[in-house]
Amino acid sequence: MNPPHVTAPKVIVRDLNFYYGKFHALKSINMDIAEKKVTAFIGPSGCGKSTLLRVFNRMYQLYPGQEASGEILMDGANILDKKQDLNILRAKMGMVFQKPTPFPMSIFDNVAFGVKLYESLNRRDMAERVEWALRKAALWDEVKDKLNQSGTSLSGGQQQRLCIARGIAVKPEVVLLDEPASALDPISTSRIEELIFELKEDYTIAIVTHNMQQAARVSDYTAYMYLGELIEFNDTDTIFTTPKQKATEDYITGKFG
Amino acid sequence: MSKIHSAATLKRQHLFDQIFRNTTWLFAFLVFALLAAILGSLLIGSMPAIKAFGFGFLFNADWNPVTEKFGALVPIIGTLVTSIIALSIGIPVSFGIALFLTEMSPPWLRRPLGTAIELLAGIPSIIYGMWGLFVFAPLFAKYVQPWLQGTFGKLPVIGLLFEGAPMGIGILTAGIILAIMVIPFISAVMRDVFEIVPPMLKESAYGLGATTWEVVWNVVLPYTKIGVVGGIMLGLGRALGETMAVTFVIGNAHQLHASLFMPGNSIASALANEFTEAEGELYTSALIELGLILFFITFIVLASAKILLIQLKKREGNAT
Amino acid sequence: MIPIYTRRRIVNAFNLTAAMLAMAFGLFWLTWILFTLFQKGLGGVGIAIFTQMTPPPGSAGGLLNAIAGSVVMATLATLIGTPVGIMAGTYLAEFGQRGWLAPTTRFINDILLSAPSIVIGLFIYAVYVARVGHFSGWAGTLALSLIVIPVVVRTTEDMLRLIPDSLREAAAALGAPQWKVVTLVTWRASKAGMVTGVLLAVARISGETAPLLFTALNNQFWNADMNRPMANLPVVIFQFAMSPYADWQKLAWAGALLITLGVLGLNIVARVLFRKKTSFN
Repeated sequence: MNPPHVTAPKVIVRDLNFYYGKFHALKSINMDIAEKKVTAFIGPSGCGKSTLLRVFNRMYQLYPGQEASGEILMDGANILDKKQDLNILRAKMGMVFQKPTPFPMSIFDNVAFGVKLYESLNRRDMAERVEWALRKAALWDEVKDKLNQSGTSLSGGQQQRLCIARGIAVKPEVVLLDEPASALDPISTSRIEELIFELKEDYTIAIVTHNMQQAARVSDYTAYMYLGELIEFNDTDTIFTTPKQKATEDYITGKFG
Repeated sequence: MSKIHSAATLKRQHLFDQIFRNTTWLFAFLVFALLAAILGSLLIGSMPAIKAFGFGFLFNADWNPVTEKFGALVPIIGTLVTSIIALSIGIPVSFGIALFLTEMSPPWLRRPLGTAIELLAGIPSIIYGMWGLFVFAPLFAKYVQPWLQGTFGKLPVIGLLFEGAPMGIGILTAGIILAIMVIPFISAVMRDVFEIVPPMLKESAYGLGATTWEVVWNVVLPYTKIGVVGGIMLGLGRALGETMAVTFVIGNAHQLHASLFMPGNSIASALANEFTEAEGELYTSALIELGLILFFITFIVLASAKILLIQLKKREGNAT
Repeated sequence: MIPIYTRRRIVNAFNLTAAMLAMAFGLFWLTWILFTLFQKGLGGVGIAIFTQMTPPPGSAGGLLNAIAGSVVMATLATLIGTPVGIMAGTYLAEFGQRGWLAPTTRFINDILLSAPSIVIGLFIYAVYVARVGHFSGWAGTLALSLIVIPVVVRTTEDMLRLIPDSLREAAAALGAPQWKVVTLVTWRASKAGMVTGVLLAVARISGETAPLLFTALNNQFWNADMNRPMANLPVVIFQFAMSPYADWQKLAWAGALLITLGVLGLNIVARVLFRKKTSFN
């Protein structure tokens, strides 16, 4: 496998292995994630794509018995280092989940939640920041008159955009999207995809998806994973037009998976 | 954003995390220590009685504060017999209620009826006791007990259970009042577990032409046996330790009789009646030892229920 | 020989009738007990109940000191038991994946939950009353708080477990430290359920008699001193009901009605609260 020539990688993964207890979930992953580009991870369920994402912000450490070895360098520093502060790391690596996860508080407080953790803004600056994030997430016009309503009162698609707004309000450097549109209707999905397109102006984005058309539409690079291994990684056009591996081709053409 | 979190804020954050986690740990430990403290204090309190009577305490039916001779046999038997009566009435009735609520009741009646049964669980036990003594016992003595004597009294062996003057109060009455008390607990649990049986499972049994009863008995009950056992154990725990409902109606006599009509005593009611009036170290200590025994009985019941449940779960895990 | 199908139908009809009778049996007792309470208690409920002290035998009076004592002790017991229970329950649900303490405490909490309440009274007697040498309101409060704790531990853990991990992950993914995840997100999300648990605990201790018998005891007079024996409704009901005096018995029934309505009211509020919360999701 020849890794594509990624200019200015934001995150460099070297010889990454991951275990759920005894189960070897990720096997010697090596790849670079380009800055301010969208990298998509595809593959059949159980292939490790979501696991890989959860290693990037070390979410796995919430649970006992899960361990990673190897190196993940972000801006040159190994984030798997024991000394790495988890909270800081997670503040730099925003994450949006498969299902919307609005907190049980108002729309405004949802977006302000993460900001308050690390910045002490005055009321006006905070209001500006919340508006900025909601605008970025293309939600502002729909909620600007009901910022005090509960975040759970929104529709599913709106909730997911609220979660994106909440994630980018803290101004992370990388945004991790774990099948962000899989629970949404087609219209909400296309809005989220437009959003991803805009977000990559400012952010490095990694997205896990089981929808190959979606990967083809939104990403610059695509990684195909199978049974914990990175089978093929290249720019999206190449992967979808001239894959080098038979397995990738089978998966993409629907012969398998 | 990196400029904002200085090393100091980070440190403070970690400190808070530590403090919070350790505080919750401490309180969890407190709950753990509580049980040890209860056991320890009861053990210390009952030391004089344990020294004076040894193991014989468990099998001795004497209870004489004047001569300071004490044995726990009567209250132990009273506790066990009343609980057995309570469960033998309570389990079938609770099963019937759960069956009715989940399979037979018209949907609009389900919630109000279920709530009514649950409210029965909320009534303080002292109310059951008062009602039992002043309302139930006289009617029981007048109508039910003579009938029981007339029907079963002449039978060999069984007849012994129904000997003696119908006084209304006694072991049988206590058992019945306990049954009324535990029915809501057991039936609420049974209903809850019956409700989570996947409809497809029931439908496939109905699809084979099974009757409602066959579906419940052969599909629902086996599927929910873990929860059902849990509910029964909950009821048993209640019955064993219940104080007020029993104290009013059991008669509080330290005598051993074959007849269920005769007054007896349970551990909890002996404590409630005698503890504040107990004179002398040995008397108090004997009562505390009764408490310790009661605690052990409930402990054993609960622990064995837990083990049973774990094994049932394991077996199920292997089967699938 | 009856054909199999007929026999099955007979068995079915018989058992279903039995189930219906069981339902009627359960409701029968509930209505009878409530009917008795109203019949015997309503006559005694008047303004005097809330304005006068418990009387000596043979004269009229009220239950003011007993009601006040019950309210004070139940309130203080809730204030002591709730934070302990919430913190311990939080440990079990949020931090207890590793180590021995969580499974052990969970098991022990189940035991305490069904421990006979009279044994709790005995325990407080042994470690507190016997030491200081007198019955007191504090002793009663402590005994009641020991009953509150396991109820709150259990409901707190159950409610926190209902919160999906994804919500915790979402908060952690923003860089929130664990204590903020718990206090600002998970506690908040399970607030209604936790309040329900506390209400159920209050309902449970409001009717508890056994643990107060050898801790708070009783007091015929008004007493605001928590270090002295304190009147409370359940024990007053017990003593008055068992007495041969008509006045006392009448007060006992009035008190019984009062306490039952109070406890049932708390139960209903808790239920409504929880239902409202669950219907949101």
